[in-house]
Amino acid sequence: MSANVIALCYLVASVCFILALKGLSHPETARRGNAFGIAGMTLAVLTTLSVVLHGRIDMILAAMLIGGGIGAVAARRVQMTQMPELVAAMHSLVGLAAVLIAVAVVDNPAAFGMSASLPAGARFELFIGTFVGALTFSGSVIAFGKLAGLGKQFRLFSSAPVTFPGQHMVNLVLALAMLGFGVAFFMSPDKAWTPFLVMTAIAFVLGVLIIIPIGGADMPVVISMLNSYSGWAAAGIGFSLNNTMLIIAGSLVGSSGAILSYIMCKAMNRSFFSVILGGFGAEEGTATAHAGEKTHRSGSADDAAFLMGNAESVIIVPGYGLAVARAQHAVKELAAKLTEKGVTVRYAIHPVAGRMPGHMNVLLAEAEVPYDQVLEMDEINSDFGATDVVLVLGANDVVNPLAHEKGSPIYGMPILDVAKARTVLVNKRSMASGYAGLDNPLFYMERTMMVFGDAKKVVEDIVKALD
Amino acid sequence: MTGTVDPTIINLVVFVLAVFVGYHVIWNVTPALHTPLMSVTNAISSVIIVGAILAAGPAEIDFGSVMGAVAVALAAINVAGGFLVTRRMLEMFKKKKQA
Repeated sequence: MSANVIALCYLVASVCFILALKGLSHPETARRGNAFGIAGMTLAVLTTLSVVLHGRIDMILAAMLIGGGIGAVAARRVQMTQMPELVAAMHSLVGLAAVLIAVAVVDNPAAFGMSASLPAGARFELFIGTFVGALTFSGSVIAFGKLAGLGKQFRLFSSAPVTFPGQHMVNLVLALAMLGFGVAFFMSPDKAWTPFLVMTAIAFVLGVLIIIPIGGADMPVVISMLNSYSGWAAAGIGFSLNNTMLIIAGSLVGSSGAILSYIMCKAMNRSFFSVILGGFGAEEGTATAHAGEKTHRSGSADDAAFLMGNAESVIIVPGYGLAVARAQHAVKELAAKLTEKGVTVRYAIHPVAGRMPGHMNVLLAEAEVPYDQVLEMDEINSDFGATDVVLVLGANDVVNPLAHEKGSPIYGMPILDVAKARTVLVNKRSMASGYAGLDNPLFYMERTMMVFGDAKKVVEDIVKALD
Repeated sequence: MTGTVDPTIINLVVFVLAVFVGYHVIWNVTPALHTPLMSVTNAISSVIIVGAILAAGPAEIDFGSVMGAVAVALAAINVAGGFLVTRRMLEMFKKKKQA
């Protein structure tokens, strides 16, 4: 194939990738979008294979089979609650692959149709692609460890922020050193392995240092951010190889991750920089001192069943506590029972309800909850006032009315306005506060009834009581 | 103002336009599908496998081509894993027939 034909095939593949993302605008078109993505990838791989047909195609096919097999098994076995871990692991692989490709380019530029001494432009682009790739790799490994709860095995994986004195200074010095070696690599026309490898090593260390101070609760931002990095790494490699398809695909992914980070930050009312600088977001806060003065009303599952059974409309607000208790299926049962009795049941999802963007939607979809009953915060917030009963399951900060009060630490955070409903049922294990360490006035309202206990057990008891 | 345009400039043009396309396409993604969005973008960024295949290509096996082959395997994990897990998730979002 001529270089022009190859470039055109890559163009078609790029368009397929854009269509893959476009399909995700609606659940009905999303599967077709994914098919476009697969088609684009197949075309891209076949086109490239035709270029190396006379080389070690056997080695390449073997590598593809091994990798593809591992990926297929992982995709089949992963549980939906483990999606954040899987995604973090996959980000790390993109980063590592980018670094390895860059190493191969430095080692043998001729394989990529470049002159034996790397052109200056290519050296600059390699520098960018390599350090972003290395940051993505080690950062994602740490994110994976934090998400998988491996903190007990290895301290750096602790979900609590890992901080030490002078942390920002160390990061700054390392970043400058990395830039310095990058410039040294850029300035030397011959294979300059030493500055290249030192720069890469520093980038690996930096990736670790950047992610360890970020607390478990900020993981949705981190994982989106690493998603973005992995895209920029791919785009960087695309620049070095003069491959427009890689640049396009990388930019799409890079902007996707950046937008998701923005959405997550906004939903948590946190600035991007405060998340990056870290040191915030320990999972369990301590209740504030004045918690003891107020009284709350608590009731049993039977009381909850009575209230919900006699309601006209019910909104269920699931939080991550629901997924931890594996109560999705029980909740679906409950919704089915209520629907049978003529009650309108809907679900309200806060953007940070899960551990990654859109996580809760997937968990509910897995439990076969129809997606048209599941509404986003902006779609449903105005309906709470006209709702008879709201059932809050394992959510806390995202329904805390303090967010509307000037001067409170979470002031301005967008919340689900459940306090406007006629009756609010809140299921929690205890009166402990959420990760923001704040008390929640919602629990002390007269219209609120607390139902204590494990989410799954409580929901199952309500279902039984409805019979 | 004569002469050919440097390939890096052309790359930059493509890059900037692609970021704009990405920006507009991604804002149209429904929040309910943000997790599949992440897994599919993961698969798409693994198109980096193209670079890995080129690196592993030369007939003579040397350090660079071995690095390339390892990169092919790593990227292939993502290609297969990313698209398949996305499909698995999207199957769950199928419209349920009312029983």
